[in-house]
Amino acid sequence: MNVQSRPQPLGGAIFTRPVQALAVFAGIAGLLIIWRFIVGLGASTALNDGYPWGLWIAFDVVTGTALSCGGYAVALLVYILNRGKYHPLIRPALVTSAFGYTIAGLSVMIDIGRPWIAYKLPFFWDWNLNSVLLEVALCIMSYTVVLWLELSPAFLEAARTSTYSLFRRVGDIGLPVANKSLLWLVALGMLLPTMHQSALGSLMLLSGPRLHPLWNTSMLPLLFLLSCIAMGFGAVVMEGALSSKFLGRKSETDMLAGLGFAMLPVLGLYLGIRLIDLGVRGQFGALFAFDHYSVMSLIELALFVTAGVLLATDRRRRDAGNLFRAAMLLVLAGALYRFDVYLVAFQPGPNWSYFPSITEILVTSGLVAGEIAGYIVLIKLFPIMTGEPQAAAAGPGGETLWLASR
Amino acid sequence: MGISRRSALKAMAAATATIVATTLSAHETQAAAVVPLPDAVGMLYDATRCVGCKACMVACNEANDVTPDTSASGGLWDMPVDLNEHAKNIIKLYRDSGTGAQSYVKRQCMHCLDPACVNACMLGAMQKGEKGIVSYNPDFCVGCRYCEMGCPFNVPKFEWSKAIPKVVKCELCRHRIAKGLEPACCEVCPVGAVIYGKRADLLADAHQRLAQNPGRYVPKVYGEHEVGGTQVLYLAHVEFEKLGLPAYGDEPVPSRVRAIQGGIYKGFVAPVALYGLLAAVMLRNREKSDSAKTEKGQP
Repeated sequence: MNVQSRPQPLGGAIFTRPVQALAVFAGIAGLLIIWRFIVGLGASTALNDGYPWGLWIAFDVVTGTALSCGGYAVALLVYILNRGKYHPLIRPALVTSAFGYTIAGLSVMIDIGRPWIAYKLPFFWDWNLNSVLLEVALCIMSYTVVLWLELSPAFLEAARTSTYSLFRRVGDIGLPVANKSLLWLVALGMLLPTMHQSALGSLMLLSGPRLHPLWNTSMLPLLFLLSCIAMGFGAVVMEGALSSKFLGRKSETDMLAGLGFAMLPVLGLYLGIRLIDLGVRGQFGALFAFDHYSVMSLIELALFVTAGVLLATDRRRRDAGNLFRAAMLLVLAGALYRFDVYLVAFQPGPNWSYFPSITEILVTSGLVAGEIAGYIVLIKLFPIMTGEPQAAAAGPGGETLWLASR
Repeated sequence: MGISRRSALKAMAAATATIVATTLSAHETQAAAVVPLPDAVGMLYDATRCVGCKACMVACNEANDVTPDTSASGGLWDMPVDLNEHAKNIIKLYRDSGTGAQSYVKRQCMHCLDPACVNACMLGAMQKGEKGIVSYNPDFCVGCRYCEMGCPFNVPKFEWSKAIPKVVKCELCRHRIAKGLEPACCEVCPVGAVIYGKRADLLADAHQRLAQNPGRYVPKVYGEHEVGGTQVLYLAHVEFEKLGLPAYGDEPVPSRVRAIQGGIYKGFVAPVALYGLLAAVMLRNREKSDSAKTEKGQP
């Protein structure tokens, strides 16, 4: 816990082959989005009156923002539990979070049928305070702004060394202001995810009568909150491991192993509440009925438990490959839990079915590709990453970067 | 470090406990019976009287400027298979493959006493308005379709085929009621299978029919208590579940979410307190690390 080495821009070529390839995917998504607004949602998506919410909500918003909880989870660790040694992880985590939330917001604007009415959302005199979705919408909008503001010191630091005097002046004036207000922003950056990540669970309480009993519980908000923190840690571990492997960074095994330890209590609490809740509501029979629903629940639980087992001892957590697998399983487990609640458990009736259309899938993957490209460009231009580059490290490799999905 | 960490953990534990407590208490609270508005109006549909002529569907389309759904009839005549963007009202036929018992059923908005769609709607495009009619105002609709996710009867439908879509649902012909007319479907029904009136009168009428015709009906008025009560009531001779009217309890759909959200966000005290707490712990942690640095002789 000595003086931290300062974050530095990675530098290097910006429009490398991987970035170009990612940009192509993002461009395809952009064209498809335009098409979606011309032809409407019926022609471009597989959504229907039985399943009015599909991939764009279940993945981009509900799962995507949970995967983007790295900034939230690491902030809790560093600022609330006072573990300063994890400080170098904050900026990279915030970048992924900021991109993830921006994309969630963008996806919402694509998914809603009447986006031109959305300008009315900030006006409180129109608010229906009983609407959970309103809470989610307002929190996600403000948290996206907060995330970029939390990153503002990085941009202002870069501005101070700019070749343009105007940027230098903005940096000189802005940086002290940003640093002073950072604490209050970070506190907001912990409050808002606590609110809306739990609210993403509360959202489905309204579908209760049509939700399969394995998932229909008043504990939804708490389970969503706990699993998003676990997923946030998982995402940061994966991101750290991948950037050390593919961007030529020195491995941060010590810190990442610490994150692995931090996941354990969260994971334990989640599993405890999930199982006790199933027991109290007398759903163990349904859990082992081995139908479609029981199998999905069991896979979900197995992923969480396996992640916990892989993280159980200090030696396992220090094994980089093992830690990475555990983090990946945890992220998958949380994602599956969200898909199960939003798409599998939801039963609109026997005549309805949903599987995302090609357009939906291409738009979602294009947005993710854009996010990864944005991440790579940002860490090259701005002081985000801390620590020395690995000696004799190879530059960003071509095809390998495809692994770097969030 | 120890103290701040302890207080932080305490804060988190307190927050968790609050959520658990509110959710548990929400679970245990018996839903208070929903009292209908004194002027609540509605419809009574008697499946034993319905002859399946579908005149109500034609009248509904006419009264509400709905374009007919000709997709299943090769572009020839109105033939929706379910409620959809071209059908605010539909007559369906149920036939039991074993016994051959059959019944028509009319489906449209139930005009719940405590509607999920109204609870869901971010800007109040769905309103429980005059006479308890659940109305829709597109000027405040962002097209999020959360009303569809919430409605226990699958009623609100979305104009999927349009680039500038709206939500479509029966509004009990409120434009006609405002002029002193009946809903189009009730006015046109040749056999009085669906009638319009005050909910209290319709309920009394339904119970009278049950009492006077023992054995003719399933002995229950659907919508009297289901999901807290609806303003459209049903009588039938075939089990309601088979007609697509699920066996819901008396608890209004939004009551659980209202208890949990209301519990956590009452007066917005908890979020403000949590914000203060988070900031306080951070300030304390910063002070500590500053003083630790000074002791070590660092600036």
